This record gives sequence, C-alpha cells and structure tokens, in this order.
Amino acid sequence: MTTVLERSPTGDASDVGRRLVSLRSVSKTFPNGTVALSRLDLDVRAGEFLSLIGPSGCGKSTALRMLAGLTEPSSGEIAWHGTRPEIGFVFQEPTLMPWASVFNNVWLPLRLRGVGKVEARTRIDEALAMVGLSAFAKSYPRELSGGMKMRVSIARALVLRPPLLLMDEPFAALDEITRFKLNNDLIRLAAELGTTVVFVTHSVYESVYLSTRIVVMAARPGRAVAEIGVDAPLERTEDFRSTPVYTETCRRASRALHEAMTDEDQL
Amino acid sequence: MSALDPADPAIEPPAGFAVQPSRGMRRLWPQKVVEILLPALIFILALVAWEVVVRLRGIPPYILPAPSLIGATLVKDWPILSGSLIVTLWTTVEALLIAVAGSLGLALVFAQSKWIERSFFPFAVVMQVTPVVAIAPLLLIYLDSRTAVLVCAFLVAFFPILSNTALGLASADHNLIELMELYRAPKWRQILLLRLPAALPFFLGGLRIGGGLALIGAIVAEIAAGSAGQGSGLAFRIVEAGFRLNIPRMFAALTLISLTGILIYVAFAMLSYALLYRWHDSARSRGV
Repeated sequence: MTTVLERSPTGDASDVGRRLVSLRSVSKTFPNGTVALSRLDLDVRAGEFLSLIGPSGCGKSTALRMLAGLTEPSSGEIAWHGTRPEIGFVFQEPTLMPWASVFNNVWLPLRLRGVGKVEARTRIDEALAMVGLSAFAKSYPRELSGGMKMRVSIARALVLRPPLLLMDEPFAALDEITRFKLNNDLIRLAAELGTTVVFVTHSVYESVYLSTRIVVMAARPGRAVAEIGVDAPLERTEDFRSTPVYTETCRRASRALHEAMTDEDQL
Repeated sequence: MSALDPADPAIEPPAGFAVQPSRGMRRLWPQKVVEILLPALIFILALVAWEVVVRLRGIPPYILPAPSLIGATLVKDWPILSGSLIVTLWTTVEALLIAVAGSLGLALVFAQSKWIERSFFPFAVVMQVTPVVAIAPLLLIYLDSRTAVLVCAFLVAFFPILSNTALGLASADHNLIELMELYRAPKWRQILLLRLPAALPFFLGGLRIGGGLALIGAIVAEIAAGSAGQGSGLAFRIVEAGFRLNIPRMFAALTLISLTGILIYVAFAMLSYALLYRWHDSARSRGV
C-alpha cells in the first residue's frame, strides 16, 4: 500500500533532512514461504546517502525493490511524503541493451518519457559527461569494460535527474581499483545533483566511505538491527579513508554486522 | 564466404577501444586465401576425379553422366530448367514470407501469456512432427497443386521460426524488463524496445533453418504433385526426366536445387551477420 501524506515538492535542496519516504512495519513473505523482511521500519531523508548493509538474505535488496515499486509488501506500508519522485535504479549488473549504442541506452528513460532523440541529445551528452564517457556515445556495450558499462548504467539512471537514486550492489562485480574510482565519482555526482541515494552493499568499507547513514540488517527473518551515522560531510576524498572518523565508524559497523550474523548462527 | 568473416577488411571495424589490434590483419591475409582456396580446390579436384573415372571406365551417361555433360545439359536445357527454377524459388520465397509473418505474429501472441502458449503450442508441434510428405497427398486432394505445394513448404518452415522466436521473446533480460516497469513503460513499448530486439538473434537462427526447410518442403510436395502429373517446379523436372531415363537432366535439376539451397543459406547468414555483428556474440570473433 502506498499513501501520500503531505503534498510538497520533493528533492528541493531547501528541505534537506526532510523525510522523503517511510517504510512502516513492512513485511515481505515470498510465495515459497521465505520471510524476506519482517516488520522493517525505515525512513529515507532528502539529501542523505543511506547504505543498507547485511548478510545475504537479510532483505536489503527486497527493501530497495519495494522503494522502486518493483515488488509490493505483504503487509505494512510504504508512505511517500509528497508525490513519489522520479527514481533512478542501478542493478548489480550493468543491465544495458546489447543491441543499442551507449547513446541509445542512456536515451531509454527519456524515450519512455516521450522525449525524442534530437531533443534528448543535450541531456544525454550531459549524463555521459558526468560519468566521463563522452567519447564512447557511439560504442556498443560489448566494446566496453565492466567499469565503463557500470558508468553507462549510472548515466542512464541519472539522465532524468531523479531526486532519488536506488543502487543494488552496483559495484560488487568490479575490481577494487575500479570500485574506488566509481565510489569517488558517485559521491561527487550525488553532491552535485543533490540526489538522495539508497545504496545496498556487502562491504562495510564501501558503505562507510560513501554514506551519511548506515542501516545494518540481519537475516532470517530480514530486519534492521542497528543504525550508524557517519559523522563527516559528504565531500570525501581518498584521504577520508585514513581519518579517525572513518576507522572508528568502520569498526562500529563491522561489530554491528558481526553481531547481526552471530544472531543468525544462534537461531 | 568472405562476407561472413568479421576479419574481412571490407567491413568497417566497430568504433571504440576494443577494436582488434591491426597488427594481426597483415598476417591474416595468407590464411584467408588458404581458407577460401583450399575448399574450392578440393571441390574442383573431386569434380575432375569424377570426370576422369567416368571417361576412363566408359560409364554410359544414362548410368552416371560426367560433370561436363551435366554442365552442357544445364546450358542446353536452360529454357526448360530456368522456368522450373523460378517456380520452385518463388514457391519457397512465398512460403517463407507467409511463415515469417505467421510465426512472428503467433510468437507475439504467445508472449502475451503463458496460458495462450501452453494451449496452442501442441498444434504447432503436431504440424511439425507430422512428415510433410505424408500430408501432401491429402492437401493435393483439397487444394489445387500450386497451393498445396505452397502450404507444404509453409508448414515445414513455420515451426522452427515460431519456436525460436517465441524463445527469443521470452529471453529478454529480466532486469531490463524491471527497468521498463520502473519507468512505467506500456507493454507495447516493452515489446518494441526490448523483447523484439532480444529475440532477433533467435529469429534469424530460425529463419536460417526455416529457409532451408521451405525449399525441402516445396521439393517434397512437388514430387508428390509431380507423380500425379501436376506442377512444373524443379522436382517435377526430376521426376519427369526420371520417367524418360534422362539422367543428365536429373543431375542438372539436382544441381540447381543444391545451388538454390546454398543461395538461401548464404543470404540469411549474411543478413544475420549484417544485423548482429556489432552486438551479438554469435557474429563476432573472439578477438584472439
């Protein structure tokens, strides 16, 4: 069930910290009986970079897919504070159309909104420039490396300038060097565009580096067990990895994650 | 078939950084020449051996004609054979066009719901597994011979295109489908932008099989019709020449049928390559 609580424009820089959407006591049971989520409460606030972290089966991807409207909760509700904004989604795989050029892949969301190729050109060029792929507009996905494909996927998700960007372990399949580079680019883009990001990951280090807030989840049944704020502004560079705040937050997040997984062992 | 080779310099390499290193191109040339020349040479040698055996042993042409005689017959009988070639070729093309339209349409209907597919697929299977040569006599009673031949050719070409296309339509990336749902794309756009392009390699595979089968279907039906004294396609010429013990003409007609089959195959292989070479693994070399 989706309700609209109050009407106000979303994604304004002026209302940073305002709640964008709330999951209220949301549960999800799959037809095969698996309880993916059990009574999850979660607020997403405008302008934040929220990471969901937890072991496999903790329902973090399910929660993300619910926010995107790709799956419905079995019980509980998803409440948008204002109209549901445009949403960008990045999957674990780049999920590009192999028969279409990079340009046409990024065009897709605009195309589905009725924007013609000529009209869309400027916005597509901008989106490709943001991810540093201007020179590859005419290439086909096959001709790109894994990291570049993921950049195209991000450009596609951002081409509509969505106030909310959802990312489901987008960098899990990439090598560490590429991942670090994409982490930096993502932080820069989120700050530049004022996009709220909900990011699902397995990696404590990645979540601390990227996020303003981390929600730690446990499995069987999937639920939130801890919430950790990252007390540092979002203008981060590699230097952030050697600050005491980073080290301390990583330690706390690791411990919370460890406890979440120990719980599971005792069950 | 140099036109099918991704290494052919006549075909522009795709832009981007993953282009194959050009240093390999020069060394590829002699290898390419060998690739084309060797099979051609072997083929010519086989023909020469055939010719020599026929001449040395004095085999009479009504038992086994020499290739030179078959060639000469091809030229001499061209007025008769060319007419029949056009009839058979046209039947095949027509049957294939109807099969493509029908199977594409039905595959799209199947893609709408699993239940429709389940309900109607058995009919398609029955059509496929029943040998066309067994249906032909019945069709020849119901229909005039030209239509009966056309229906036979259609029946055999239809199924491989249908089953491949249906598989292709169902094989679109699930994440891409979800992406379309996220952007609330209507179903027809999902089909147009996603399912049809995803099905293209499968459809082309079906077309290659269906093209060859349409010719076989046409020939089989012509033979069935021809023995009843009807039709004028290439198969009819074979049956007719057989009655007259005109063995060289039988071989000449056979040669034309083979060439037609090869032509159909090459045409579709080239079409497939032209449509897929930029993005599909099947049409690309591994770049080693």
